[in-house]
Amino acid sequence: MTSKTRILQKLFSPATLFLHWEWLLVLLLIVTAAINTTLSPYFLNMRNLVDMTFNFMEKSLIALPMTFIIISGNIDLSVASNLAMSTILMSTSFQAGLNIWLATLLGLAIGALGGLINGLFITKVKLPSLIVTLGTYALYRGVAFVILGDRAVTGFPSRFTYLGYGYVGPVTVPLVIFAILAILFGFSLHRTTFGRFIYAIGSNEETCRYTGIAVDRIKIILFTLSGLVSALAGIILTARIGSARPNIALGFELDVITAVLLGGVSIFGGEGTMHGVILALFLIGMTRYGMGLRNVPGQIQIIVIGSLLIVAILLPQLLRRLSLRVRI
Amino acid sequence: MKEPIRGSGYISFFWHIANIREVGISVFIIILIAVVSIRSPYFFRVENLRDILLDIAVLAIVATGQTMVILTRNIDLSVGSGLALSGMIVGMSVSSNWSISPLLALLMGMGLGIILGSFNGVVVTKGHVPPIIATLGTLSIYRGLVFAVSGGAWVDAAEMPESFKLLSRNTVLGIPNLVLFAASVIIISYYFLNHTRTGREIYAVGSNPGAARVAGIPVDRIVFLVYVLSGMLFGMGGVLWVSRYASAQSDSAMGFELQTVAAAVVGGVNIFGGSGTIAGVLLGSFLLGIITNALNLVRISPFWKLAMQGLVIILAVVFYTAISRRLQQTLIVRRVS
Repeated sequence: MTSKTRILQKLFSPATLFLHWEWLLVLLLIVTAAINTTLSPYFLNMRNLVDMTFNFMEKSLIALPMTFIIISGNIDLSVASNLAMSTILMSTSFQAGLNIWLATLLGLAIGALGGLINGLFITKVKLPSLIVTLGTYALYRGVAFVILGDRAVTGFPSRFTYLGYGYVGPVTVPLVIFAILAILFGFSLHRTTFGRFIYAIGSNEETCRYTGIAVDRIKIILFTLSGLVSALAGIILTARIGSARPNIALGFELDVITAVLLGGVSIFGGEGTMHGVILALFLIGMTRYGMGLRNVPGQIQIIVIGSLLIVAILLPQLLRRLSLRVRI
Repeated sequence: MKEPIRGSGYISFFWHIANIREVGISVFIIILIAVVSIRSPYFFRVENLRDILLDIAVLAIVATGQTMVILTRNIDLSVGSGLALSGMIVGMSVSSNWSISPLLALLMGMGLGIILGSFNGVVVTKGHVPPIIATLGTLSIYRGLVFAVSGGAWVDAAEMPESFKLLSRNTVLGIPNLVLFAASVIIISYYFLNHTRTGREIYAVGSNPGAARVAGIPVDRIVFLVYVLSGMLFGMGGVLWVSRYASAQSDSAMGFELQTVAAAVVGGVNIFGGSGTIAGVLLGSFLLGIITNALNLVRISPFWKLAMQGLVIILAVVFYTAISRRLQQTLIVRRVS
């Protein structure tokens, strides 16, 4: 009896229907690519596929540490604001005469510092990450506004803007940077003890503490990493669009979190894969690109992305319930 | 020997006071007011106080709905977009048909808000989608819909009948309507949360959903209800917003959701549900409003506003956590001794 139910359960479980969440994403990706190809015959052109990635590489970079953070059961709402703060500090110090590479280093350091402050509040004062990063979401963006007001910094040298829209062979520089970091992040999440600890913390933080895992240190590392990568994304974004304003990357955090959750990472922590997130990033990027081909305005595109997010969570639930009904 | 839980003397009195979170924020507000009024005597002028009240009225209305949602351990991130959407639809209706009475417009907005809120509620309770994700999704969807229905166009002051603009601008006995609306929402919500069965059930659901379910409280229905109420209030806020600023735009109230969460959190509402008061939310809204006002009066660049708000959120949370930890510590000490 029990074995029979178990077999049926396995047969009709969403996991079997789609093998894995990732396979569903691959399927969706193929469907989107097919639709895009019918929209424009040039879509599958190699050059076009590579250029398409320009638009979402910055968000993709931030999604890497965000995946770590959400798997560990936390959230970082301050990424886009931290990006703005570090970018504005970098740009203004460049404008003040600092060497562009030193300014870039300064920007990265500021980003890491912003992340470190989040981490310290979360671990030392023991505050929930949602609230701390909600506060720094306003604070960091506010610092950017205080420094630059409604002005903008432009006139970056071409050796710097190369970071944003240059090519290495046939591939764009941001894509190369993303690929390297994605491999690094994916490897450390799935193949190292550090990665296992992230899952463990997300599953049960208390148990981890009793087991002797340095929970606080790992959390601080995660948030610092998030700040650092946000600053890096800010540098690439500034290099690509050639100007820095305090309202740069406004609302990025929602897009990034959407991609991570669509990638199959559980908002409650402890579950998710890096390849799922990467697939989701390309799915969203490609969907947006396709809508762009049809001249769908960005404001309408967010309806699709928002629905995608809800459906992505609803679908497995509905399937599970359906499979239960079939069993009965 | 067990000591009685309620001790006597000034220490217990101190803890009793410290236990009331609203006292902390009130002290902070008083200090802030003192500093600002020394720098600028204009602060206490009637016109200025009126400006502050007008500025925070919509925030207080929407934050009240947000608070009810947070009390049940959920969150509604769609309030800013929902406000803009109901405001835009009502604004367009009013501009195309000037005979719509202001009161009808207000009811329309609330009705639209209820529909949007119900959608949130259904997705959360029936779809079992975590509230952050569900309302993050509707945040995008509703914002996109504002653009879809308006085609990116604005409704501006010239396209609205005077009576509609007066909905928020009229005064009764010298008090602006907008403030009266906010006051009635707050008074009714206070009564609802503290003196009705359903109101108490909202707290129960947030304190311990499992226990609430076992005690026979229809948890899903309560969660659905708070989303509907939040929707109704942001719908109302949307109409008042359009009436007050005499314009409806597709980017109205961008980021407003975080301000409402901030007002609640600064006002001592526990982000994990179960505790928080309407008085606290009102004080939280006041604090955010006074900061904005003070920056103007002391002639600090308005670009400081966001940074100050962020700082206040963090300070408030650190402060409340410190209080509640010490409180728990003393309770444990008492139990042990």
